[in-house]
Formats: sequence, structure tokens, C-alpha cells
Amino acid sequence: MEDLAVEVRNVSFAYDGHPVLRDVNLEIRKGEFLAVMGPNGGGKTTLLKILLGILKPAKGSVLLFGKHPGEMAHKIGYVPQDTNINKEFPISVMDVTLMGRLAALGSGWRYSATDRLLARQALERVKMWDYRHRPVGRLSGGQRQRVFIARALAANPAILFMDEPTASVDKEFQTELFEFLKELNTSMTIVVVSHDMAVLSSYVKSVACLNQTLYYHDAAEITDEMMEMAYHCPVELVAHGMPHRVLRRHED
Amino acid sequence: MLEALQFEFMRNALWAGLLASVACGIIGTLVVVNRIVFISGGIAHAAYGGVGIAFFLGISPTFSAAVFSLVMAAVMATVTLRNKQRADTIIGVLWALGMAVGIILIDLTSGYRVDVMSYLFGSILAVPSDDLIMMVVLDVVIVAVVAFFYNGFLALSFDEEFAQTMGVPVKTLYFILLGLMALSVVMVIRVVGLILVIALLTIPPYIAEKFSVSLAWMMVFSTILSCIFSFTGLWLSYAFNLTSGATVILVASLFFFVSLLWGRARVST
Repeated sequence: MEDLAVEVRNVSFAYDGHPVLRDVNLEIRKGEFLAVMGPNGGGKTTLLKILLGILKPAKGSVLLFGKHPGEMAHKIGYVPQDTNINKEFPISVMDVTLMGRLAALGSGWRYSATDRLLARQALERVKMWDYRHRPVGRLSGGQRQRVFIARALAANPAILFMDEPTASVDKEFQTELFEFLKELNTSMTIVVVSHDMAVLSSYVKSVACLNQTLYYHDAAEITDEMMEMAYHCPVELVAHGMPHRVLRRHED
Repeated sequence: MLEALQFEFMRNALWAGLLASVACGIIGTLVVVNRIVFISGGIAHAAYGGVGIAFFLGISPTFSAAVFSLVMAAVMATVTLRNKQRADTIIGVLWALGMAVGIILIDLTSGYRVDVMSYLFGSILAVPSDDLIMMVVLDVVIVAVVAFFYNGFLALSFDEEFAQTMGVPVKTLYFILLGLMALSVVMVIRVVGLILVIALLTIPPYIAEKFSVSLAWMMVFSTILSCIFSFTGLWLSYAFNLTSGATVILVASLFFFVSLLWGRARVST
């Protein structure tokens, strides 16, 4: 039990009586790099919000490092989807990054010199320090994602959650992103939530497919049963040349 | 304009404009970036219920409107947090309900009703010194609370979900924000009346947002713009004998459209 980062037990969730998650069970070990795949509307975002402590499950329980998500704020790094952000908002790259330090602050929320230093290091790590005074609304999608990753890293998290990381990023940056995540994975658990199969060409170690119910597979491949359950249509998978095997060979 | 300053009511009017601008600049900025303009409109109109209660019971209208608005703000905050999809409908109902209660209670109250108009259209030229002191107190409270919770409000406004994962008590902050908004609305009603409150809360921040580098600067610029609109409107209303509240809003709206055109011109070049 010691080595579990996330423990999800019999979690169900419904919006206005419409079921989104049914009896989901999931264990994520520390150091894992998990991709939660599934179609849009399959409950990925809901599960993510439950893991982050934003939503409370109607049934079942969630533990992060053995505790309730609300108590683990200082261990969580969260990189949201770029589309959720108001691009007109007057805020600089540095001020966004500093938000990653909020969980470590007291109730007055004043940033110390240490907080600024950690934000700076995080920005340097994603090569965005030179843009620190730039309003985030005036960055490209890829640059903004780097800033959001920096914000998550500023928290010094033990687990990093990413929502649709490939959504607003071009192919070139995707490769760079995946390399970067591989490097991060040496020091933290990573959970990526996506409907984009390109995520599987990254360095994920295991895959879970989610479409109301969750099917977990302890390897970076999707089995036919998972495909069947989650998509009913494996077309997208076969199309790209993947760096490693994604679909298991048919046994017949 | 200068000779007008020898009148106490004119000096009080300028002070009222300045003090209301501080509240408008700070709270208006948070209203605009959080996209809760509709709630501010709901609270402003529901406040009329408080005015009606005051006339009916013979108590202070400002006090009654403040209490009534705070209650309405708490209800609206609860509704928006519980059910985001239906929130606008319920706010619309409360908006109308507050107005209706106010109108009926004033119907039931016999006697002189000229004061009622001042709540609909404002009466910046008739702000007594006592009210100015109250406005100063409220401004101090707003500045102190927003300054203390600034980074929390910033996180809530920019990315509520991220703020939640960082353990920021977003619900508590949201209640505080709507509470401060309710009090500001009651104060600004003195200046431009409840029908025009939304304009003074939203136009200055909307313009300020375009050239602000941070939320704090947006608050400062909004306050300055709001002052310019209030003073210019007040001067025009004095010079041409026009209703002051409406003149202030006309000036603000003019700036609003100029800023829109200027924004377009800047994009196309």
C-alpha cells in the first residue's frame, strides 16, 4: 500500500441523474506514467476533477498518497486544458506561475522570495523565463502550455495531472513535450487524460480506457477489449506510425 | 465649474463620485473578469425591495437596501455554486421579485414619494455628509479585504479549478466577493441610481482591461476612468441642467464606444 500514489475505489458519479462514471477502480503506483484514454463525454474530465478534489464522488472513495485529495493540495500539479483560460485576462507569465505556490502559503497568500525563486526555476526549466513579463493571453498555445507546466512544477508536486496535453500544441512541440514529460517522470508520477491517441506515442507506462467504466492495462498498449469498450472503432490507432506497439497482435 | 464648488452639495457630489469610483474600480474589475455582470444587475434591482421595506417600516433606506442586498447576494451565491446551468434563470427571477416587492411596499406606504426616484436614477447632488462617511468606511473595507485576499481573488478569477486544487477556499472567496459587490452596488446607487449601476460597474473595467498588465492595475485604471466619467458627467449635468446619473452614464458609454472603435482600428493596422 505504501507505494500507491492514487487509489480509486468503486467511484460513481452522475450529473442530474445522468451517469458519467460507474464503479471505477484504479490504482496508480508512485513513479507511474498513466494515460487515461477515452472518447469525449466518456467521463475523463469528471474522473480528473474527482482525483483533483474539485468534485466529490457520489459513491466510492479517492485517496492520494493515502489521504483525501483536499489535504494533498501541496503535492498536486495540475495542467488544465488551454481552452479553459480567459485570454483577455490581464496577468503576466510570472504571476500565473506564482499561483503554483498558493498551496504552500498561509491564509494571507503572500509570496515570499523563496516562492519567487521556485517560480523562476520552474519557468527556466520550461524555457519561458524570458517571457516572464508577457501577458499570458499573448502567447502561442504551446508557450502557454509551458507556462502552465511551470505553474504546476512551481508547486513541487509529487504527482502531475495533465488534461488533453496535445490539444492546442503543434506536432513539433508534442515531441518536445513528451521528452520533457519523460524526464519529469523520473521524479514524479504523471497522469495524462486525453482522447488523442498521439499521447500513446509518448513514454506512457500504462493505459486506462474510460467510457463510464474503466479498463486498466498495465502496459503502454491498448488491447482489443479496451478498444471495443471505449471506442467501438480502432481506425484512428492504425493510421499513425507509432514509435512502439500500441495495438496487441491478433492471436488468431 | 469652480464657482459651483462653493456649494456644499457640489463638493459632496464630487466626494461621492470619487468614493463610488474606488468601489466601482475595484469591485467592477472583479465583476468583469469573473463574468458576473448579470448577478450585479440582479443585486442592484433586487435592492429596490430593500428600499420598499425601508419606506414601509419607516427605517433608513440605505441601511435596509444594504441588508436586503446582502441577503440577495448570499442567495445568488448559493444558487450559482449549486447549479451553474440554471443560475441565470433564478437570478432573473430574484431580480424581478426584488423590484416587485419594492414597488408593492411603496404602494402600500402612504405619503410623499419623491425620494423613490432618487433610488432609481441616483441623487449625487443630494448626498448628505453622513453618507459620505459611510462611503469612506465601505471603501476602506473594500480596499482592505481585496488587498488581503488579492492573490486568492486573482487565482479564483483567472482559473477557479486550479485555485481549488491549490486549496484556495474559492467558495468562501466567492461569497465575500458577492457580499462586497452588494454593498458597493448600494453605494453606487446613491450616485447613478439602481437602473444605471451596471454601467458604472462594467464600463471602466472593460476599457481598463485592454491596457492593464495586472488585475491590480486594472483596478487602479478603472477607478481613474470612473472618476473621469463621474466628474465630467457631473460638470455637464450642472452646466446644462441635466439629470446627473444619466449624464455620467452617457459620458461613460461614449468612452466605451470610442474604446471599441479604437480597439478595432488598432487590430486592423
